[in-house]
Amino acid sequence: MTRPMLKTMPLPYCKGCGHDLIAKHSAAALEKLGFYPLDVILVTDIGCHGIIDKCMNTHTVHGLHGRSGALGAGISFGLQAPGKKVVVFIGDGGATIGLQHIMEAARLNLDMSVVVHNNMLYGMTGGQTSGLTPQGFRTTTSFEGNPYAGYDICKMSHTAGATYVARVLGIGDISGDLAKVFGQKGFSLIEVMEICPSYGVKLNPGRKLAEVVKSAGRETGVWTGSREDFSHRQGKKSGDLLSEVSGIAKGSEHRLKNPLSIVISGSAGEGVQLAATLLAKASISSGLQVTQKGSYPVTVGVGFSTAELNLSPGPIHFHGIDTPDLAIITSEDGLNHNRKRIMAMQQGSLLIDSGLAVPETSARVIRRDFRSVGARNAAICAVLYFARQFGVLTEEILLHIMEQEGKAAKLPIEKIRQVIES
Amino acid sequence: MQEKTLQDLVLTDGSRLIIESLARSGADAFICYPITPANLLYLYGSQRMELMLAAPDEITTLQWMTGLAATGKLPVTATSFPGFALMLESINMAYMMELPMVIVLVQRLGPATGTATCGAQGDLLLLRGMISGGHPVPVLATSSFNDCWTLSARASEIAVRLRTPVVLLTSKEEVMTQKSFGLSSLEEIKPVSRPLYDKDDPYQSYKAGPKGVPDFLPVSQNVHQVRLNASTHDQQGNLQHSSEEALSNTRRLEHKVVQQMKDYLFYELDSQDGANSLVLACGITAAAAREAVGMMRRDGHRVSLLVPKTLLPVPQTYLEIIGLYSRVVIAEETMNNQLGELLFGSSRPAHIRFAGGLGKMISPREIIREVMS
Repeated sequence: MTRPMLKTMPLPYCKGCGHDLIAKHSAAALEKLGFYPLDVILVTDIGCHGIIDKCMNTHTVHGLHGRSGALGAGISFGLQAPGKKVVVFIGDGGATIGLQHIMEAARLNLDMSVVVHNNMLYGMTGGQTSGLTPQGFRTTTSFEGNPYAGYDICKMSHTAGATYVARVLGIGDISGDLAKVFGQKGFSLIEVMEICPSYGVKLNPGRKLAEVVKSAGRETGVWTGSREDFSHRQGKKSGDLLSEVSGIAKGSEHRLKNPLSIVISGSAGEGVQLAATLLAKASISSGLQVTQKGSYPVTVGVGFSTAELNLSPGPIHFHGIDTPDLAIITSEDGLNHNRKRIMAMQQGSLLIDSGLAVPETSARVIRRDFRSVGARNAAICAVLYFARQFGVLTEEILLHIMEQEGKAAKLPIEKIRQVIES
Repeated sequence: MQEKTLQDLVLTDGSRLIIESLARSGADAFICYPITPANLLYLYGSQRMELMLAAPDEITTLQWMTGLAATGKLPVTATSFPGFALMLESINMAYMMELPMVIVLVQRLGPATGTATCGAQGDLLLLRGMISGGHPVPVLATSSFNDCWTLSARASEIAVRLRTPVVLLTSKEEVMTQKSFGLSSLEEIKPVSRPLYDKDDPYQSYKAGPKGVPDFLPVSQNVHQVRLNASTHDQQGNLQHSSEEALSNTRRLEHKVVQQMKDYLFYELDSQDGANSLVLACGITAAAAREAVGMMRRDGHRVSLLVPKTLLPVPQTYLEIIGLYSRVVIAEETMNNQLGELLFGSSRPAHIRFAGGLGKMISPREIIREVMS
């Protein structure tokens, strides 16, 4: 004889509690379906339903209040072995705080079964109203009856994409209903309606379960869906992230004696970060150590775009730049973002588009018509000017990197030459 | 141009090194909710990890990770304070269930959402107090690209060997900035081995082995019953109120981390003979500290440098090193010296000085000024 799901011990529930019925009939349903206890991973959380763990011969995972839906989902994601069953027990309070978790599992149609123990209030903490408490039902925090309608967890799960959803009254033999739920592939959920004997029965004298459920508009029934059940659909994977960053060919030697800090700034979408990357790679090719940092507003497609570069013949530890040795400014956005920095420069150079008003600065100012080659090419034009005129690295090596990166073909090279030779 | 030979140097970022190192060391699932400045980690994690899942929020992230860990996966996530704050209760759960995972925490300027694109180092004390009861979770802090590589692998190893969540602490500037870097300097990384319980005796999920760590079995097997529990529990994993067995189990959670982390003590000490001053900095500020120490030495000053990398539990070694110096400058991107408070409490000795600030990287000059003042 196979080992039963439940240990032979009295279940720890109050007299008349529907949780007792759910536990026994869940066990019977799983056995009826042919599951062995260790095929089943029972995930529970905080609430009266969760104290069932010790009575089970299944694997048991006892988590945080309302999170068993997500915890069970994590287990379902990780299970590779066929024939396993993830069963999630959750209360109506847990389903309230963990609503998103249940919806997400239903949306993905994950292979798991959720049993919502809806006894219409938070039993463990004193009978408070939950998000699934029916309208008009009295609790310790709504003595005149819950003034608000509760969530229809069944309708929501069905709409979200579940394969199989059912609502039943927690009376009589519900093992057949539970077996239908547990027998599904994909996401299934059953809401078992109960009245908590400790709070609900006392606060709602004379009311019968069927009448409460009916008056709340929560009809019993089954709702099925046709969404494909979850499978891992992973995109193309990299087997080695390091192999994707190729080494940079060694070109002609740089002529930099001391570290040089550069700020390149313009407008979003005008190639500032690309120009900085090309300059950084050309510098590495020339034998320099480099750091490159980008900054821009959270709305990346508008406003300024700034790149900070450090070039050094030796190791670079600290890469922050307060006042740069060279500022390259190609647009009004870039100028506004760096105006204070430029004004603080006591030495060094400011390479700025000739259409811009030059702020007061002690830096050597060089104005060129960078934007005449097109706004998208202005920053690249400026770094080519830097290569040609500043003697740190060669223009040839920068052009070679541009070609290597596939960026040279679209450049208006003749126009750029006119600017950088001026 | 003439034919060139490829150099060892590449232009890359710390995020790439972290994810590749985690993958090589055995991490096989990446679960994430997007947040700046952990963006690159998300991008690389989704490309590299065998399994990637986009969670709808950070609570779900940690719950899914815990579920995956229960099946034998080694999951990873990357986040910043706002997301980490949502994860806290679930990290407590994973800690209590003793399930391994690595959480890469990229610090940014707070409070609250603060400034997403501005670096900071303000989460250290949060990490110290993140587990109810004050039990320490292992925290390693990167301070260079090499650390991104080696400490990420160590994080995987600690998570598996100690059966615990591990936090890899970093910050915006460390994972978003591109640098020239020589890949040949990277050590070889092998997947961390993961022995499973293989005895015939009934398995007890929380019966500790000789190092205070229970043997692991996933819920996916069907030989032994596994009970995992986030509430106070006995050795079998059954819920208990406060029995001696259960409280002993909770004490063990702290003891195993404190005792076993002695094998994972990572720090950089660049001591100079005759130096009376010590600069102490971790994470991104360690770079400025290295620069500052170099500059002072070139000017003829004697000064030593300590870069702590194992931050939690706090190694006694750091206090012993600090005790050798008459002036200590702690540099950190905060206004309240969290590293100092971690080491000395709220009443720091007078010779412990501080170079800090908000919303910007601490510069070498600021550190030098404090050492020389």
